[in-house]
Amino acid sequence: MALHKITEIAGGGIFIPGDDIDTDRIIPARYMKSLTFDGLGEYAFNDERKDAAGRDRPHPMNEPRFAGARILVSGANFGCGSSREHAPQALYRWGIRAILAVSFAEIFFGNANQIGMPCLCLRRGDAGRLGGEVAAHPDLILKIDIKTLSVVYGDVCVAANLPAAVQRVLLDGRWDPIAELLEKPDQVGAVARRHAYMTS
Amino acid sequence: MGRSLFEKVWEAHHVGELSNGQTQLLIGTHLIHEVTSPQAFGMLRDLKLSVRYPHRTFATVDHIVPTDVREEPFADKLADAMIKELRRNCAAYGITFFDLGSAQQGIVHVVGPEQGITQPATTIGCGDSHTSTHGAFGAIAIGVGTSQVRDVLATQTIAMNKLKVRRINVDGQLSPGVFAKDVILHIIRVLGVQGGLGYAYEYGGDVIDRFSMEARMTVCNMTIEGGARCGYVNPDETTFGYLKGRPYCPRGGDWDRAVEHWRGMASDANCDYDDVVNIRAEDIGPTVTWGINPGQAIFVDEDVPDPSTMPDEERATAEEALAHMKLKPGEPILGKKVDVAFVGSCTNGRLSDLQEIARFLPGRAVAKGVKAIVVPGSQGVDVLAEELGIADLFRSAGFEWRSAGCSMCLGMNPDKLVGDQMCASSSNRNFKGRQGSPAGRTVLMSPLMVAAAAITGQVSDARDVFGLREPVKA
Repeated sequence: MALHKITEIAGGGIFIPGDDIDTDRIIPARYMKSLTFDGLGEYAFNDERKDAAGRDRPHPMNEPRFAGARILVSGANFGCGSSREHAPQALYRWGIRAILAVSFAEIFFGNANQIGMPCLCLRRGDAGRLGGEVAAHPDLILKIDIKTLSVVYGDVCVAANLPAAVQRVLLDGRWDPIAELLEKPDQVGAVARRHAYMTS
Repeated sequence: MGRSLFEKVWEAHHVGELSNGQTQLLIGTHLIHEVTSPQAFGMLRDLKLSVRYPHRTFATVDHIVPTDVREEPFADKLADAMIKELRRNCAAYGITFFDLGSAQQGIVHVVGPEQGITQPATTIGCGDSHTSTHGAFGAIAIGVGTSQVRDVLATQTIAMNKLKVRRINVDGQLSPGVFAKDVILHIIRVLGVQGGLGYAYEYGGDVIDRFSMEARMTVCNMTIEGGARCGYVNPDETTFGYLKGRPYCPRGGDWDRAVEHWRGMASDANCDYDDVVNIRAEDIGPTVTWGINPGQAIFVDEDVPDPSTMPDEERATAEEALAHMKLKPGEPILGKKVDVAFVGSCTNGRLSDLQEIARFLPGRAVAKGVKAIVVPGSQGVDVLAEELGIADLFRSAGFEWRSAGCSMCLGMNPDKLVGDQMCASSSNRNFKGRQGSPAGRTVLMSPLMVAAAAITGQVSDARDVFGLREPVKA
């Protein structure tokens, strides 16, 4: 399974301020009643974007000037809550290709990376400043360099953090591990046979 | 230096190191449900892969099932399509399915233990974050995304980084009216909703040792709300006593060998943990949430906190929480009007949760204007509750007695809050919109506290409602 190498993500940003943005907010459970992930982008942050009558509420994702954004900027513990891959899938299908935040919930981080949407951590001050810039200047172009782990916008360059193993799979085009997991069926079988519960 | 159960189980399931340094980890037991599996089966078909160990995947249907009218087709066409898709996938790949009509259906995290599928020293994966529940048995049980459900179906393995281990000791004596739910809400309050990032939580100490399996499951269930991917309790006589004779557990000599193996996999006495946290049971009171994440919690007799006194990084979330919850800083949470009372979920939908309430129900009734529903965690729990007369006690007191499912924990079925209703809930998440209405308000608490709220129509201290106060010593 050939995957593209992810070395740089460039494009406009969108700032979703706040800490602990949970997966129920990113995609409310009632939109998960589906057999596929198709069409989920439309419902990303639905309950923050729409009022009870379905009218638009003030939200960056409703603003035409952020419609082409590719990089989402947020606070700490982004994606906490459920394991639903629907959350990163909804953001990806909305157009997001990378997320910059102070920190990420673990399951969300892995889910996002496995679909080729890297999540990089910024220092809190850097994330706040970048968020402010993004909100004020929709035309601002952000460049995330996966090799140097840096984010460049205007004449500013800030450091971003990514575990070395994750950086490597992105650069090598192996962010979805399925091909490698399929490589050693005999070894899997050997470990499985050591466990009585696996044979029952 | 001794090794922890986590390290032993990890090593025993370590297949190899992947080229990026992650571990290829064998997931011995795989549980699936209707919401996060159909896309995974779709991916399998796209990649022309099959299911490697069909006998190690077990399915049930829980999130979308109605809890009142259960006849198919369901009124909700999308829900109906989901149950049929799961049925089709299980039949196509030879996967055991605890279907609606099987008498074994229920919330996946209630069914696994009940059937004895959940066993010590195993690895368990499921496309659901509350998979941490199974850690109560000394399993390494982790929630995974849908692409990883595909990975497990195709290879019985996932790629994962090894976690650090934090030992959390809860020692002392819990006061009457304080339960496992309060213990875990308190732990999350102390350590924070992000405190567990990168850790597995090992729960111990004499309070946990004395806990029943069901109480241990409540604690492990909410581990993920504290940011830790999994939590576990070392297996002991309580664990073995619960499991013995369950349908999927070994029997005879195999059982004896299994128990011997499980004992040996428990953490050694001289473990060097990455972190140790000590909690005094006496410091824990009946706990309720006031905000929009499970760490925003107070004892029921405390006042709602004032965001202006909080550290910078907590203030904005706290202000947002109070605005959503329609609460004011410094006011008591006691006495806040409750519209809905929900007893159920993978956190607190087990028999002991219902028994704890039922013994106080004779002579009491749900307050006028409160919608109170009880959703047993599984058909097994439902049947036992009927046999023991517990269901009738609830019905007589004015609760609606429903059929098994996730129900109002996340509002994927018809059980939803309406508008900004306030719900006293025994579930696990108080996120905005979690219970099916964007403006709905959730107050998490123990099952007995939910019953107290149902009976009084307001957030109440169960110790007062049910006369549980310890006599004052002279």
